[in-house]
Amino acid sequence: MARSVLPGPASRLGLRDLVAEALSGTLQRPGRTALTMLGTVLGIGAFVAVLGLTATASGQIGERFDLTRATTVTAGDHPSGDGLPPGVEPPTSFPPDTDARLARIDGVRAGGLWWPVPGAPPLAATPTGPDAGQGLALLAATPGAVAAMEPTMVAGVPLDPYVQESRQPVALLSSAAAERLGVSRLDAQPAVFVAGIPYTVIGVYSEVRRQPGALPGVIVPASTALERFGSPPPGGERGTQALVATRVGAAGAVARQLPLALRPDAPEAFTVVPPPDPHGLRDGVASDLTGLFLALAAICLLVGAVGIANTTLVAVLERTEEIGLRRSLGARSRHVAGQFLTESTALGTLGGLIGTGLGVVTVLAVAAARDWTAVLQPAATLPAPLIGSVVGLLAGLYPALRAARTDPLKALRSG
Amino acid sequence: MTAPTSATATGSGPGGGPLVIRLAGVGRTFAGPPPVTALHPSDLEIRRGEYVAVTGPSGSGKSTLLHLLGLLDTPSTGSYELDGIDTAGLGDRDRSTLRGQRIGFVFQSFHLLAHRTAEENVLLAQLYNRTPRARRRAAAREALARVGLAHRTRALPGTLSGGERQRVAIARALVNGPSLLLCDEPTGNLDSANAEAVLTRFDDLHAQGHTLVVITHDPAVAARAERSVRIGDGRLREPGRPAVDG
Ligand SMILES: Nc1ncnc2c1ncn2[C@@H]1O[C@H](COP(=O)(O)OP(=O)(O)OP(=O)(O)O)[C@@H](O)[C@H]1O
Ligand SMILES: [Mg+2]
Repeated sequence: MARSVLPGPASRLGLRDLVAEALSGTLQRPGRTALTMLGTVLGIGAFVAVLGLTATASGQIGERFDLTRATTVTAGDHPSGDGLPPGVEPPTSFPPDTDARLARIDGVRAGGLWWPVPGAPPLAATPTGPDAGQGLALLAATPGAVAAMEPTMVAGVPLDPYVQESRQPVALLSSAAAERLGVSRLDAQPAVFVAGIPYTVIGVYSEVRRQPGALPGVIVPASTALERFGSPPPGGERGTQALVATRVGAAGAVARQLPLALRPDAPEAFTVVPPPDPHGLRDGVASDLTGLFLALAAICLLVGAVGIANTTLVAVLERTEEIGLRRSLGARSRHVAGQFLTESTALGTLGGLIGTGLGVVTVLAVAAARDWTAVLQPAATLPAPLIGSVVGLLAGLYPALRAARTDPLKALRSG
Repeated sequence: MTAPTSATATGSGPGGGPLVIRLAGVGRTFAGPPPVTALHPSDLEIRRGEYVAVTGPSGSGKSTLLHLLGLLDTPSTGSYELDGIDTAGLGDRDRSTLRGQRIGFVFQSFHLLAHRTAEENVLLAQLYNRTPRARRRAAAREALARVGLAHRTRALPGTLSGGERQRVAIARALVNGPSLLLCDEPTGNLDSANAEAVLTRFDDLHAQGHTLVVITHDPAVAARAERSVRIGDGRLREPGRPAVDG
């Protein structure tokens, strides 16, 4: 282009003026503007929501999936009542030497059986004292099960095979139970009374790493409990269950081998619960959900871009008179192009902002409904409105070119 | 009547101020088919402060001339100097700058933006010519006051009469203090009362020393001007001066 030969400064359009003009053009037709933005809103909203939900779900897996869960296998009992007269409960499917059989499975660190002591017998500090057992779970457990719980002992020792075999009247107490029952020191061999019968306290623990149900308050040897309180119901929540601690990475294999190792003749008697496979979960979320919805988001964005391009082109054609007028007032063709480009970019940005807002609200709502912790990655959320801007900018290129090429003469004649 | 004379490089001929417009052999032919010569090569000189009417029948080339003068169109032949600046070979940037700073247009169909108030329509003229934002509103109000619309600054064009709309357009053309006001059939869409109001404004502007070129086919409008130029069949003729033909 020829260099300026004029004495004074050339026509210009300041940024503030440009934006103000573009916004005024956009806000002139609010209904059309809203409809035009719809595609961008949906596209950006879907984009933010999908990425946010994926991150939230993954975070959830990460939160729940800790090392303890990854090394815990539990098994329940489904005893078969075949061939028994009605009313007679089938015996438990777990064999008497379950602890030993579990220990022989490759990858098992410890494992055994436990059940809530049936009948909820009263717990007291003295033979005739009041029942202090409210809220304290009384469990029967084999030494293997206690080892699998990995209790943190604050005094004494956990159960050993000897007390199990000799059916000793001994008990382990949680710190809370010890306090409730007035047990402070173990060197005096204190006792607690279950249904009026004394049990020597051999250990106190502050917590267990693997909880069998709720935190157990009092644990007595399984053999002792069987002798004094009888068998638990064969299945269900109050029945016998196995708790197994495995080495890291071995849980899946242990879960598969467990039924056969316990009962080669009736492996189907057990329901085994292995820990969730974190990779499977994450990959599933990533491939199915993310892939599909990101594709949908991209399609929405494309539709949004076409919508903005179409509306802006219509605006250029509708407003040829205005273009001619602006040219007569000193606007250069690039000022006119810039105005329409800014209008389309404003449309895209506005759509992006609204879409981002909706996406964030969606993530928060889903997280709240599922009781999850919402995870919104700033790296994915903050630039989302900018994607809208880019969509608007690209969509405005052709209409802006058309506007720049509008002949001011013809444009003014059309009025 | 005319502004004090100060001779410039382009010279000031007999009888007045510096030349605002100097056409030398300017013609415009629209490429066909068939090619139409809307304006045969013509000469025209207009000095600062002159009030010139351009008359002629429909299709005679009046608008063509005005578009050339307003730098909305480029001549096929000849040279056009505006304020002593040769406009030949100027790019879009310079032509736009000259339009925005030195020329005010008034169109037959007003060309007001319907969604903007009278004041905002006038403000539009200050958008591209570097008027500081702080000064724009006052300048727009002043321009509207000069056309007698101080009380309608917030009115939308739809609520104004035709004459009032045209006066808004005149205020818009005036607000930047242009060297030249170009008006194409400014009263063409107005009834006689409204036309009279507009013409009174032109008289005022002329009295204030503005340079006006008004295109009209209405002899009554042309009679208000101090000088009249006729176009017939694309040929410029000025009574009392020899016709120029190329
Ligand atoms: N872009 C163009 N292409 C071809 N011919 C054109 C073009 N513009 C104008 N003309 C022709 O040039 C001639 C002069 O047109 P112009 O618009 O200048 O007339 P006018 O005097 O303004 O008429 P009116 O009084 O009706 O407005 C007409 O014959 C017209 O058809
Ligand atoms: Mg005309």
